[in-house]
Amino acid sequence: MNANLKWKALFIAAVILICIIGLVGRPVFPPKSWSDLKSNFAQVIKLGLDLQGGTHLILQVQVQEAVSQETDQTLDHLMTQLRDKSIRYEELRKLSDTQILAHNIATDQTGPFRTLVMDQFPGWDIAPAPGEASGYLLTLNATSVANIQQQTMDQAEETIRRRIDALGLTEPLVAPYGQGDNEIIVELPGEGDPNRAKSVIQAGGQLELHLVLDTTAYPSEVAAEAAHGGVMPPNSELVQGKASAAGTSQASGESWYVVDRVPVVTGRDLRSATALRSTKNAGFYDVDFTLSTDAGRRFGPFTEQNIGKQLGIVLEHQLQTAPNINGRIDDTGVIEGRFGEQEANDLALVLRSGALPASIKYLEERTVGPSLGADSIRHGVQASVVSLVVVMIFMVFYYQLSGVNAVVALVLNLVILLAALAYFGAVLTLPGIAGVILTIGMGVDSNVLIFERIREELRAGKAPGSAVDMGFKRAFLTIIDTHVTTVVSALFLGLFGTGPVRGFAITLVIGLLANLFTSVYVSRVIFDWHLAKMPREAALSI
Amino acid sequence: MEFFKQQNLDWMSKAKYFFGLSLTLLLVGVVSIIAKGGLYYGIDFKGGTVVNVRFAGPPPIDMLRAGLANQGLGNSTIVPVSDIANPNTNEVLINLEEKGQGAEALDAGKTAILNALHATLGSGEAGKQDFNSVGANEVSTVLTRKDPLGLGTAAGDRYNQLSRQIVAYRDKDRRGIVTNLNDLSAAGATPPVLAVLRDAFYAGSFAIINVEIVGPKVGSELRLQAIYVTLYALAGMLVYIAFRFEWVYGAAAVLAVFHDVLITLGLFSIFHFEISLTVIAALLTLVGYSMNDTIVIFDRIRENLRLMRREPFDAIVNRSINQTLSRTILTSGLTFLTVLVLFLMGGQVLRAFSFALVVGIMVGTYSSFGIAAPLVVAWNHWRGQEAGVLATGTAAGNKARKG
Repeated sequence: MNANLKWKALFIAAVILICIIGLVGRPVFPPKSWSDLKSNFAQVIKLGLDLQGGTHLILQVQVQEAVSQETDQTLDHLMTQLRDKSIRYEELRKLSDTQILAHNIATDQTGPFRTLVMDQFPGWDIAPAPGEASGYLLTLNATSVANIQQQTMDQAEETIRRRIDALGLTEPLVAPYGQGDNEIIVELPGEGDPNRAKSVIQAGGQLELHLVLDTTAYPSEVAAEAAHGGVMPPNSELVQGKASAAGTSQASGESWYVVDRVPVVTGRDLRSATALRSTKNAGFYDVDFTLSTDAGRRFGPFTEQNIGKQLGIVLEHQLQTAPNINGRIDDTGVIEGRFGEQEANDLALVLRSGALPASIKYLEERTVGPSLGADSIRHGVQASVVSLVVVMIFMVFYYQLSGVNAVVALVLNLVILLAALAYFGAVLTLPGIAGVILTIGMGVDSNVLIFERIREELRAGKAPGSAVDMGFKRAFLTIIDTHVTTVVSALFLGLFGTGPVRGFAITLVIGLLANLFTSVYVSRVIFDWHLAKMPREAALSI
Repeated sequence: MEFFKQQNLDWMSKAKYFFGLSLTLLLVGVVSIIAKGGLYYGIDFKGGTVVNVRFAGPPPIDMLRAGLANQGLGNSTIVPVSDIANPNTNEVLINLEEKGQGAEALDAGKTAILNALHATLGSGEAGKQDFNSVGANEVSTVLTRKDPLGLGTAAGDRYNQLSRQIVAYRDKDRRGIVTNLNDLSAAGATPPVLAVLRDAFYAGSFAIINVEIVGPKVGSELRLQAIYVTLYALAGMLVYIAFRFEWVYGAAAVLAVFHDVLITLGLFSIFHFEISLTVIAALLTLVGYSMNDTIVIFDRIRENLRLMRREPFDAIVNRSINQTLSRTILTSGLTFLTVLVLFLMGGQVLRAFSFALVVGIMVGTYSSFGIAAPLVVAWNHWRGQEAGVLATGTAAGNKARKG
């Protein structure tokens, strides 16, 4: 055997070794037992949602809401400014999400008005309103709109990620999705119930503490109003109590409380929130919260002044509890809602992560149960093994010793494919398994092309050595052409396809590249090695 | 061993039969698509809800249909799932198109279907939940609250662990359905734990194993995207072949592949298979595969043009097809076998996918010698007549010889 061949064999051995380490040698190295090998393999080959079960959501952030809100705020702000500068106008009105109409500015004050808008509201374009002598149309310019939308998207993604992360699932995914339609993809491996994730994502997380003005819980809004002579005091607000809140009126199943309109403290003042086992209600949980120093400074004197009164803890416009203020509280509080452990944890996390900047809409929801995933794996693996065995038996039967060579190349092809998936951290999906099976089919094609070519050369009377040489050379061109065209189409699939299609494309591309190596390089080395060992005049077993 | 000795068949003289056959197939497909009012799109492309339900025994389809109608879901369809490897899967797919596609919540259809299932097949034991539709979290909540092991505050993570173990046993060992809660003792539930579980849950006769909901916007987007991806892939291949051979080869190959895709779509319509995202992946695979076959033959033509300068072009093409015939049959046969295995054993999820490949490999192999090669020959003849020369060593051939 010549030295060149030895080096090639060594190179192949190195590739095999790297692949095996990639598949079963991590993260526990060196693996000491069969179960180490198995758990290593299970950890590096990541299964897609369709194989391990889980929830997949695509949601759209309604960014237009944030734009509209910006316009509302500008309108407020502008009114204040005009009042401060004593600029007279007939009407200021929001025309659309991005437009404000200033109607009839006093004719001698149009100059200051324009200066004010240009100085104070740089994101707005100002133009004379069509058909009006001294009216102006303010339009939020495209750059500002785009900025607001981008910010909203980023903030929404961040908030959703924090909330999802806190659910404590393994490897959840939250990422922007699609091309510029403000969509976010959420993937939760192993989570069989989308409702929990959805309720966490959707929860507004608006916490407010209001002083309760009236200790009575009313069975309905009407009853509360009647008790106050038909008209509610101007500084008050009616909030509905949670069904389980203390003092629920049994008659209607509803309870209404009269609270101060202005909250003492809001969710923005919150520094932390944690779920704790309730000391009062055995088996239930409470949520403890801590306020920021600044809010604590306000809260201290407030509680001191209102000792003996009730403090309403209002979450999402619903009164959770209304504990009595027994003494001065500076910066801590408890929400007692007879929560379950999970419920309390979820609430604490929603409070911690803050409110979503805009509402969201679900576009797609897929849930794969773990038992279906297990079935799919079984079917996929069965089909792969059966097709592999069928192909192998045929190759050995039809090409004899050379067929064994093809089988070796095929197995190595699969090993490299799996190892590459492991190294890249690519996810194996069901269509991915189909990609593996197709790789088997196309891998065998390369071998058949080469072997048929060698046979042709042998028929033409060439010696085994040169027949093998010519066979490989001639078939190589064809193999390159076929592989490149398939890779081209698979690349398009990978770039523009989504979900399952992409998984398929990734395995196919890796499989084809690995196949170039195994069927052309490895097979050739095996042939050369065999030719070097066999006697000169012997016939090639093909 | 060798099956196919050197053949000497005259393929090109049969070209008109091939064209006739292809036209017939295309026509039948188009007629079927038109007659059925378009292709049969799966949920990925038209939006809607699909719920996959597994039953402990044979699915009570009539009862289910009545239950769905009671919930106002008369338009839903129930499709039993079966496959040759597992004829009794005891599973059905409940399809619903209209719910969740308008202003209401996306999962309105799912909720209605689940309500119908529980109303029709639930045990009716008041206040109890179906054990087969809860997750580890719910089980854990119940156990923590009732504390059957008397662990008190020392319970820690013990009940979470136990719950995960119990639910994993249900999903992995019992394929998602436990028909008797006492069976859970196999998963480490002791009698006091079982008692608590029996108080809170009942063992239903079904389990939801898969739910897919696609909004209408996503559906139409995905459909457009699929068409674009296919066209890009075809254009990419056209460019590559034009670069490696000559534009007429590229055009012929792309036409042949287009023909394959159309015939496959026609067969999808005839056999009433759904077009889904994975089917698009399969169609693109068949595009790649058919292209593969065509290129192998073109490659030979290119080589033979250099070797046999004096032969007429159709003879060269015939020769090339004959030389590659044994490879074509072997590879197609083996690949066909692998996808046939996939079709028979790959389960419901891969059914339409593997059908596309089973059909595609046959059509793709045929189109390489039946469509692509004759198209190049026909073009050569036409060019030859135009130029008033015999179709020997034509312009196309000359250029390809250089390549």
